Amino acid sequence: MHIVVCVKQVPDTKIIKINPKTNTLDRKSAPAILNPFDAHAVQEAVKIKRLTGGTITVLSMGPPQATEVIKESVEIGADRGYLISDRAFAGADTLATSYALSKAMEKIGKELPVDMVICGKHAIDGDTGQVGAGLARRLDMPPVSNVLEVSEVNTKENTVLLKRKLTSGYELVQANLPCLLTVEKEINEVEYSALPNMIKAAKYKPIVWTVDDLINVDRTQLGLKGSPTVVGKSFTPPKPEGGQKLHGSSNDQVKQLMEVLKDKKNLLFQSSN
Amino acid sequence: MNVEESKGVWVFIEQNDSKIEGVSLELLGAGRQLADKLQVPLAGMLIGDGIKSLSSQVIAYGADEVYLVDHPVLKNYRTESYMKSAFQLINKFKPEILLYGATSNGKDLASALATDLQTGLTADTTHLDIDLENRFLEASRPAFGGNIMATILCKKQRPQMATVRPKVMKALEPDSSRQGKIIEDTVELKESDMRTKVLKIVNDVTNKANLADAHVIVCGGKGMGTEDNFQLLHQLADTIGATVGGTRDVVEAGWLPHHLQIGQTGETVSPKIYFAVALSGAIQHTVGMIHSDLIIAINKDPNAAIFDSAHYGLVGDAMEIVPMLIEQFKQIRNEKGGEISYV
Repeated sequence: MHIVVCVKQVPDTKIIKINPKTNTLDRKSAPAILNPFDAHAVQEAVKIKRLTGGTITVLSMGPPQATEVIKESVEIGADRGYLISDRAFAGADTLATSYALSKAMEKIGKELPVDMVICGKHAIDGDTGQVGAGLARRLDMPPVSNVLEVSEVNTKENTVLLKRKLTSGYELVQANLPCLLTVEKEINEVEYSALPNMIKAAKYKPIVWTVDDLINVDRTQLGLKGSPTVVGKSFTPPKPEGGQKLHGSSNDQVKQLMEVLKDKKNLLFQSSN
Repeated sequence: MNVEESKGVWVFIEQNDSKIEGVSLELLGAGRQLADKLQVPLAGMLIGDGIKSLSSQVIAYGADEVYLVDHPVLKNYRTESYMKSAFQLINKFKPEILLYGATSNGKDLASALATDLQTGLTADTTHLDIDLENRFLEASRPAFGGNIMATILCKKQRPQMATVRPKVMKALEPDSSRQGKIIEDTVELKESDMRTKVLKIVNDVTNKANLADAHVIVCGGKGMGTEDNFQLLHQLADTIGATVGGTRDVVEAGWLPHHLQIGQTGETVSPKIYFAVALSGAIQHTVGMIHSDLIIAINKDPNAAIFDSAHYGLVGDAMEIVPMLIEQFKQIRNEKGGEISYV
């Protein structure tokens, strides 16, 4: 099995600050981390590799320092990793991102055919969850999104059995290999790194490709140029019209609130008899 | 797809087991407004097996037209078969705007289609409008983890596409006297070409549906301090028949399971009453609950952003206030004799 996992370096959106004057992201305010969903994707690849053997390759796109998340993936158990990094990729929306990744994937696949691609459900900075299914289309693999469990990998029949999250439950899906999965957090717990992995990761130097290293690339489909969506404007959300702040001691405030709720008889405490 | 020749607003009508998803009906309401502004027809795109009879419902909820593909291979949603059907319809009839519910299947289909159509797709939109002069869809969504809002445009490619979270838009009152046109199309699909099979669908409404359908929600934040303190919110919820939810912090701390997370990366809810307890009110949370009918906030910090969203705010320690509320609600419950219900 050759499993390729797509990972992204993201700012930790819990800590991030916005410059109130420019409405832009203050990237220095937040540490860059491995997208949490992608850590689960790497972990799932490690679990599958334990069953089937094979190779786990990690692929990322981003600035040069994104090699850090590849090293972190090696710590979890990936064998090797590639970063595609070039100004030509900058400003890519999901369509241009899946194009660039698919070109890198083609090159990786030439060396060692790809049996499975795993992506996190979405990245916590963009929150779109669109790259996985898009990449699957470009690679002509069947996509299975929102995977909760990889129940069975059958390397003889070349099929996998998957549990996929639905709005009102889940479904069991059998997919032919090669296929592309996007995984939910629930799929596994990311394990503590084993010491040999940590040593390997510390020494590991991810391979960095620029656009010139890729084959048959249509540059008009990359970066800003290849992105059909643009940000028209950004704004701090209009403050909702705050209501009333109650005053006094906790006891006073609770009493005031109860009066309000009792007033709204249609809303609360309709006796059932 | 050519900008000039595309016309009309479409909504992907997601159906599961021949039942239309609520978000698709909500989107027909939102789509109606966009179509009226642009003075074009509103259409539902209906794909499945044996689902023609759903057309009347699509029309009753605001559509002028239904584009339909009905085929046995389309019994269950699969990216491959649904994408092929939708792609053919879109290429043939050329809508200028296409909206999808941001469900597992809706997002999956939209992302695959955007790639094949080479067009833009805005995810998890919370506000839709039209720039009438340019006929641009203005799709706004929280960006950078929800710290600001961004309006996304797709200027040159068509259709302009967006996914929209359930419970963000409002469905119209259905009008069964509405008349509409049904346009059927055939698509060549063979089961043997499919690389995925749906073996079984399990409806698990016990946990999942709770938040979306709850009339009253008690949502807690990290400000509760400890997992033990958080139990107090379960007590309040038990007393008033509410469902407990939490912020991302709370879920990541392991105090609640993932499916009870409310906000941009969790569930979107719109209950009758929403108690926001000991949470700051970051926009990634508020986009998930702002459509609640009555929001009551409890927070120690009088400057917490949640007070901007709340109809009523109580400034104080949740550990002191929540027990008082439980006491008061218990008293009323005893007086009333019956169960507490909400209309």
